[in-house]
Amino acid sequence: MNSPYLAQSSSVAQIMVKVLLALVPAIAAYVWFFGPAVLVTIALASATALALEAVMLKLRKKPVKPYLLDGSALLTAWLLALSIPPMGPWWMIVTGTAFAIVIAKHLYGGLGSNPFNPAMVGYAVLIISFPVQMTQWLAPLSIAQSHLDFMSQIGYMFFHALPQGAQLDAFTSATPLDTLKTQLHLDRPMAAIMSMPVYGAIGGTGGQWVAAAYLAGGLYLLQQKIISWHVPAAFIATIFIASGAFHLIDPAHHASPWFELATGATMICAFFILTDPVTGPTTPRGKLIFASGAGFLTFVIRTYGGYPDGVAFAVLLMNICVPLIDAYTQPSVFGKKK
Amino acid sequence: MRALHHFNGGVHPPEHKCESTLRPIQQPPLPEKLVIPLHQHIGNSAKPLVEAGDTVLKGQMIGKAEGYVSGAIHAPTSGKILSVGHESVPHPSGLKDLCIVLEPDGLESWIDLQPLDPLNMDPSTLRNRLRDAGVVGLGGAVFPSFIKLNPGTGKRIKTLVLNGAECEPYITCDDMLMRERAREIIEGAAVMRHMLHAEEVVIGIEDNKPQAISAMREAAGQSMEVVAVPTIYPGGGAKQLIRVLTGIEVPAGERSTDLGVQCFNVATAASVHRAIRYGEPVLSRIVTVTGNVRNPGNFEALIGTPMDHLIDQTGPLEGSTGAIMGGPMMGFDLPSTAVPVVKATNCIIVKSDALFPKKPQPMPCIRCARCAESCPADLQPQELYWFAKAGNFGKAQEYALFDCIECGCCSYVCPSHIPLVQFYRYAKSEIWAQEREKKAADLARIRHDLRLERIEREKREKAERLAQKSAQAKTAENSQPEQK
Amino acid sequence: MLDAILVMSGLALFLGGVLGYASIRFHVQGNALVEKIDAILPQTQCAQCGFPGCRPYAEAIAEGRADINQCPPGGDANIHKLADLLGVEFKPLNASHGEPKPKSVAFIDESTCIGCTLCLQACPVDAICGAPKQMHTIIAQECTGCELCIAPCPVDCIFMIPVQENISNWKWKQPAYLKGTA
Ligand code: SF4
Ligand code: SF4
Ligand code: SF4
Ligand code: SF4
Repeated sequence: MNSPYLAQSSSVAQIMVKVLLALVPAIAAYVWFFGPAVLVTIALASATALALEAVMLKLRKKPVKPYLLDGSALLTAWLLALSIPPMGPWWMIVTGTAFAIVIAKHLYGGLGSNPFNPAMVGYAVLIISFPVQMTQWLAPLSIAQSHLDFMSQIGYMFFHALPQGAQLDAFTSATPLDTLKTQLHLDRPMAAIMSMPVYGAIGGTGGQWVAAAYLAGGLYLLQQKIISWHVPAAFIATIFIASGAFHLIDPAHHASPWFELATGATMICAFFILTDPVTGPTTPRGKLIFASGAGFLTFVIRTYGGYPDGVAFAVLLMNICVPLIDAYTQPSVFGKKK
Repeated sequence: MRALHHFNGGVHPPEHKCESTLRPIQQPPLPEKLVIPLHQHIGNSAKPLVEAGDTVLKGQMIGKAEGYVSGAIHAPTSGKILSVGHESVPHPSGLKDLCIVLEPDGLESWIDLQPLDPLNMDPSTLRNRLRDAGVVGLGGAVFPSFIKLNPGTGKRIKTLVLNGAECEPYITCDDMLMRERAREIIEGAAVMRHMLHAEEVVIGIEDNKPQAISAMREAAGQSMEVVAVPTIYPGGGAKQLIRVLTGIEVPAGERSTDLGVQCFNVATAASVHRAIRYGEPVLSRIVTVTGNVRNPGNFEALIGTPMDHLIDQTGPLEGSTGAIMGGPMMGFDLPSTAVPVVKATNCIIVKSDALFPKKPQPMPCIRCARCAESCPADLQPQELYWFAKAGNFGKAQEYALFDCIECGCCSYVCPSHIPLVQFYRYAKSEIWAQEREKKAADLARIRHDLRLERIEREKREKAERLAQKSAQAKTAENSQPEQK
Repeated sequence: MLDAILVMSGLALFLGGVLGYASIRFHVQGNALVEKIDAILPQTQCAQCGFPGCRPYAEAIAEGRADINQCPPGGDANIHKLADLLGVEFKPLNASHGEPKPKSVAFIDESTCIGCTLCLQACPVDAICGAPKQMHTIIAQECTGCELCIAPCPVDCIFMIPVQENISNWKWKQPAYLKGTA
């Protein structure tokens, strides 16, 4: 053995478990407002991820146990499950997870070597391949015209079967961001749009509370020093400033900055997705640049792009820039400060 | 009050210092034999002055400093030289090195000591004395002190920093020295101030040593400033302490003298005092013996004392798994506990699995940058690791590999338990080896060219001689009348 | 269709011109290249490459008269460097020139040496000192380990001794990783 003989008691697994823990409040809020279907999605994604992770480790001749227990596959599964519609068909969940684990993670070298955020690769593949299924979100329970019981939800996910007389439209709806986009396209005034039932006080009905729970989980991660403030702060500030500026100039066509923060994947992205260390820069300045870039791209894609949310593409685009960002933001060494 | 500065990074490992500060410094009995390595300092090995069978007096020089960067070696007690040869020494390689083995006669008969009155003397005389007395940095770096006390012409030293921070866990030898011999340290510091013409002397001690701080304040009086610095590892690194006390950052590869500061360990100050005021060379040092032993403590050990002799005094416990020299952050495994105490031995930690559990299996780097946050040299350890592992040493140097002080903070915090520092040591020694090879190749090239030149010249001279001869022969021939 | 062909061939011509110019403009001058190659070669001067020393071999490589894999003391590491410098494919050491060996230095058994000076004449770096009829000694620091002195010795009193690891040339080893992780 060699010095240092001491080591802090932390491990990759410990970090991952804390991140998973930080996701629990958001999952609880999800279940409360949208029903328990998301739990099935998460379970299915987790099982797929762990199974494929084990297979890939075996194929790559890596020790299975320590890697499987590091929790990184589980985290990818959870993040993907939370990003897609909660009652998506089972094959869509499996396909997305498989892409994330097999291609985005292991074919690029596995834990620590993958340049792209696996969960976001999974999401991007799904939204390109299955645009219809990917936009059928469950409506919040409080405003849905009818809702399915848990068993029927599972029935829909696995057998694509609805109970007698149930209408898909009755319990699904577009997301608040999507609705905003289509309604603006129809030239409806902002105030009228915002009074639609899918909108709550700040963001989407129900959705805003899930966002708040992500924020709470993120603050826990900050307090535990699992993540540094740079990424969430820069991401949130960029979205806020960009959307705030547009909102001030043209409030009829641009929602308030608070709305942008409380809807879509803004919060999960700020605290859980962009903060993935493997696919992000390591230097403090690099983190700021990376997250502001992602924030700006998110805003641009949301405002001008064709997809319901821009987060996944923003993250992937910024992932490409990471080596460059790192190379140009090397901090000056002790004694060699400029 | 002095405004303190701050360096980035650092960690707070468990201290384990109180175990070894319960008793005053102890004097171990004379061991049966002393093994005194000739290479105990940075620079050239000392040249042995004695042979097997010689009798020596306590304090007699037995190894002479060779070249400029070197230090003398002395007999720690009187006795008979048993042998001069290769013995096991405390070095991470576990290899043997040239040592003088001395059998003490128990008489402790001293050489004639020649005290000096430093404050009326020329610094260069004092420097020669320190060189002949084998005074080297006792904080662990063992750089010959007389060199650091030569500021060079035209350089002004503003601040002389004394390092009593002792930031590494387990080690308490400086703490105990400051508690018990504060006056010697202060006197030594006064000599150094005189030699450097320093304007001020600042003594930095981490605030986890209140007794040492008050003892030093009392001894220093108004003449020197004793500053309590925040406890953080590696706050006792010379560069870090200089930064905290003066705000100056000394870049790697530059001498702090050029920036107007010089830094010495407190124990070095005490040995300067003894070497000058009493003429006593460095024959012993304070060593902390701690870890898996019954009564951890500090010993004033003669240089060359076998380490198990000291460990025996503390009552070893069951379950020991070898020993470390130095602290748990920067120390190294000893090849055996039979190796001798040397000038660099500040601490001996007896290991056990309970104290130093085996580290979990390393995982891949997840680029979490915890290592970078903890690095006191503001490096990017994860990048260095990547380059060192890939054998891309040029790139590692570009990312300032040689600014790494090998403090171990990065390895300490890494959640993937990657032995980062080991990779840096490996990369550095590979680079040094390449440089040595390059030097040897350059030398061979020059010598080969010289040889070719010489052969060429010899050929030419021979040809000339031949030409001359044949010319002479020709003229002789010509002068003779034609025979035919 | 015609446009496309014209455009493409025009482009090809232009790019070809640029490349051609670049190869002339940025061509490393002969002598400079020899220096660079010579700086990589180990300077053992053992002639195993088939040339009387490292520099002649460097010149031969620069002029394309020799392959890059003929120097055993340099080993694969040096071939990689040469391949990088010259922008050519790496090829493993050509075994017909010899195998790499651990660095050694020559040692003369002084009790047997008859002082014939034959080794002295063979040594490419003048690392042997001694005068006719007197015992010869090798200056270990200057010996490159080329083994050229061994064959000429009429009484076989020269041996190669591998350089031992000692404290000043000892190296930290690359940390051993458990297979498969990290
Ligand atoms: S602390 Fe370890 S895992 Fe994290 S970036 Fe540094 S080397 Fe990589
Ligand atoms: S060992 Fe080197 S790289 Fe690691 S923290 Fe210390 S100075 Fe930085
Ligand atoms: S084989 Fe010998 S002479 Fe030829 S280049 Fe290599 S070291 Fe030089
Ligand atoms: S002494 Fe012998 S082996 Fe050494 S360089 Fe000279 S000829 Fe070569």
